[in-house]
Amino acid sequence: MADRVFYAMYDDDDVLKKGAKKLVAKGIKVAEVFSPMPIHGIDPIIGVKNTRLGIMAFIYGLTGLCLATLGMYYIMIVDWPMNVGGKPNETYLENMLAFVPVTFEFTVLCAAHGMALTYFLRNKTLPGMPSSNPDPRTTDNMFVMEVRLSENSQYSQEELQQMISESGIVELDQREI
Amino acid sequence: MHKEAAIRQPLILGHKSYGDITNDVCEPIEGRAPKGWYILFTFALIIGTYGVGAIMYLLGTGIGTWGLNKTIGWAWDITNFVWWVGIGHAGTLISAVLLLFRQKWRFAINRSAEAMTIFAVFMAGLYPLMHMGRLWVGYWTFPIPNQFGSLWVNFNSPLLWDVFAISTYLSVSVVFWYIGLIPDFATLRDRAKKPVAKKMYSILSFGWSGRAKQWNRFELVSLVLAGLATPLVFSVHSIVSFDFATSVIPGWHTTIFPPYFVAGAVFSGFAMVQTLMLTIRKAFKLEAYLHVKHIEYMNIVIMVTGSIVGVAYISELFISWYSGVEYEGYAFFNRATGPYWWAYASMMTCNVVSPQLMWFKKLRTSILFTFFISIVVNIGMWFERFVIIVTSIHRDYLPSAWSMHYPTHIDVGIFVGTIGLFFVFYLLFMRYFPVLPIAELKTIVKSSSEYYKNLPDTHHDDNHESDEHHNTNNH
Repeated sequence: MADRVFYAMYDDDDVLKKGAKKLVAKGIKVAEVFSPMPIHGIDPIIGVKNTRLGIMAFIYGLTGLCLATLGMYYIMIVDWPMNVGGKPNETYLENMLAFVPVTFEFTVLCAAHGMALTYFLRNKTLPGMPSSNPDPRTTDNMFVMEVRLSENSQYSQEELQQMISESGIVELDQREI
Repeated sequence: MHKEAAIRQPLILGHKSYGDITNDVCEPIEGRAPKGWYILFTFALIIGTYGVGAIMYLLGTGIGTWGLNKTIGWAWDITNFVWWVGIGHAGTLISAVLLLFRQKWRFAINRSAEAMTIFAVFMAGLYPLMHMGRLWVGYWTFPIPNQFGSLWVNFNSPLLWDVFAISTYLSVSVVFWYIGLIPDFATLRDRAKKPVAKKMYSILSFGWSGRAKQWNRFELVSLVLAGLATPLVFSVHSIVSFDFATSVIPGWHTTIFPPYFVAGAVFSGFAMVQTLMLTIRKAFKLEAYLHVKHIEYMNIVIMVTGSIVGVAYISELFISWYSGVEYEGYAFFNRATGPYWWAYASMMTCNVVSPQLMWFKKLRTSILFTFFISIVVNIGMWFERFVIIVTSIHRDYLPSAWSMHYPTHIDVGIFVGTIGLFFVFYLLFMRYFPVLPIAELKTIVKSSSEYYKNLPDTHHDDNHESDEHHNTNNH
């Protein structure tokens, strides 16, 4: 089914935020906001949940920590224990201090890269991906709010258009999708 | 929105709208390069090529082409390595530490400083690789299962820690830099008119669209990466200092090394940022975004870290005498008064005396003086590493083995060559990449630009109610 999409363009982030608040108060669902910079405070208004990437970073870091510990335990203690100046490394604990730097570096390595890769995948940003912002100006100075008719069926097309137009927009773009 | 005290000087001068910021940063990239860029690029390329030639000669002939001898087994190679790694530290420090501390002035310098970090660490990485002599077995430094009787790398060795530290630091810095660049590449992509540029920037921008959720993730990822990179910066240079500190050579075997190396790295890194940024702001006419206040902030960091370094030099000297260990005492006595006194004196003048001049407001707000001092500091920091490394080993326990280090033209060629290569990369970065973080600068316009700061207070009040919806990861 064809859907009508409104792209309400604002030239200021605060105006968009106020406009979004007004529309949401009337029960309108804002599908998406495209902006050239992060708009602080827009997420709760349009119902975007906070990302859980931080938790993932912690898990990746923990994985790195375990891998580094296990790896060095196997290499330095089990497989090829060394005897340096009459001080053999029999147990992991006795030698742990020497392993701290590499353990730390590997934890950071896994946390940072794991998080970065997840970030790219979740954002669907990968080399060569096509962009999906509705207007090239949304990466310059335009802030765009996307409202879909199908998600706001309680209002007619004219009513929606009317309400969006009163929210401080500078331009309104409508498309059939 | 964050409120900022009216007394605090604006970070963006004049009345800049969001569009102005985009234009100011993108236009120099989109237009034709100025003649000066071509001249500098050619110059850097010639020097860089000479360096590559010197490296090729070294690899083909052997490390004997360096001026090393039996007593002095480490000289310019490791000096240059530590010098470049040190320079490479300010970039991630500026980005990460200043982000954690919510220092908005970082936006004027973070992008270029991160680029500097990456290129400097490239240059640093070349030295240990060259020192191996056989580049093609460089991967032996990683713990890879093998058929040489299960021969593992030694995890007790600080040199191996260095492998992990430097490679982690380089790769995490690249990721940190690139994640910040993506939205700005998207800006360039959407502005590009020429098909090739459009294609290139659209590949580089990974299809970034600026959706609300993407920005939400962007801010968190930047923050967490900053949180990870901050201890990383400190650990990396501490580990570099362990290369010396865990040895038994008098003059190297010092517990003060880790903090003193980190301070020295920040010191030299900020000096290099000054050198580069003062050039960029002039060439790209970015005076509104990077003005005297930013330069003053950086000069204060240089002054503080320079003072830390100065205190470290003096405590080292004092402790070598106070310890009562003859050999330790001699290493430092010889360093200051022996045949390398001139290197020690240059180090002391450049690193201890020159940053103290920044106490004078007139001097630390003078652009010309800052530029001069930034170069002096980098010369001084090169001498610091030279002094630590060469003066400690040139007179060892056996007087019959005492020696001097005379660099060959290959030593010089490689060092100068890496400076050339660094500038080749850096000039390419300046030419094709946004040198200021466009998206992030836009977030501080309303709190820190001159125009908005001077607006009457009522202008801000209309969005008070929105404050309860404060995103937790804004900056």
